[in-house]
Amino acid sequence: MNITVNGEKIDCRDDATVMDLLKDLEIDINRVAVELNYNIIPKAQLMEKKVEENDNLEIVTFVGGG
Amino acid sequence: MDDSKLKIGKYEFSSRLFVGTGKYETMQLMADALDASGTEVVTVAVRRAKLGTSESLLDYIDKERYTILPNTAGCYTADEAIRTARLGREAGLSDLVKLEVLGDKNTLLPDPIGTLEATNVLVNEGFTVLVYTSDDPIIAKRLEDAGAASVMPAGAPIGSGQGILNKNNIRIIMETLKVPIIVDAGVGTASDVTVAMELGSDGVLLNTGVASAKYPIRMAKAMRLACESGRLAFLAGRIPKKLYANASSPEKDF
Repeated sequence: MNITVNGEKIDCRDDATVMDLLKDLEIDINRVAVELNYNIIPKAQLMEKKVEENDNLEIVTFVGGG
Repeated sequence: MDDSKLKIGKYEFSSRLFVGTGKYETMQLMADALDASGTEVVTVAVRRAKLGTSESLLDYIDKERYTILPNTAGCYTADEAIRTARLGREAGLSDLVKLEVLGDKNTLLPDPIGTLEATNVLVNEGFTVLVYTSDDPIIAKRLEDAGAASVMPAGAPIGSGQGILNKNNIRIIMETLKVPIIVDAGVGTASDVTVAMELGSDGVLLNTGVASAKYPIRMAKAMRLACESGRLAFLAGRIPKKLYANASSPEKDF
């Protein structure tokens, strides 16, 4: 199914949870925050939340800043 | 007068220098500069993760040694800043935030109204809000009243290296507010840090002055010493300025 991650269209396997998707993208969940359709998903819920067709995910992390 | 630790909300720090992590040529250089600065608090920005890259800023920041202070840099409305603060809290699992709501891309001066709005919301949500503001004493007081844990007046515009432009305003802020005051932005060189600390500032936050110096590690050490010097001079109590001389050697019994 098609979803958008950080503005990029990507193909996600069916029936994946957000945690599955993060693993497929090789993202360390301890260093990111995830927004699904503009709502933050607490880390404890990443394993339960299913990704659905046309979902919009934002994955943010810390970068250098002042 | 004993020097004690800097207390911000429930946090305590021995070093009064806060250092940013932006603009370094390499992550290793940043790590070495942070080490030389003696800082215990490092600011970071919250941005989209780059998919498919492995190097992370966090590989270079020892979380045992440094407290991470996420900022809301680049936000021009209260809503954007609130969203960024919430994302930073979820990513870092800490309630600390350096709140910035900017008013204008050229000056990067803070929008006082948006800043106050965002402070109200974030304080209500349990954040420990360290709030970047202008050197205006009235808005600084309003931010304290709104529950900010620390108020951070700009010495000069972000990244400008102009030092402390209005010492009088900074001093009025020190004398009026009870929360810790951290001079944030405008530091160009070590003496700027000393000036801020001699005025009675509780700390100084800087980034560009170190990151963009010709030799960042050397400058980081200079900033550390300047911060300690300025603090000591403040605690020591300077002599008043006088118009005429006052001899240091005895003037009789030649």
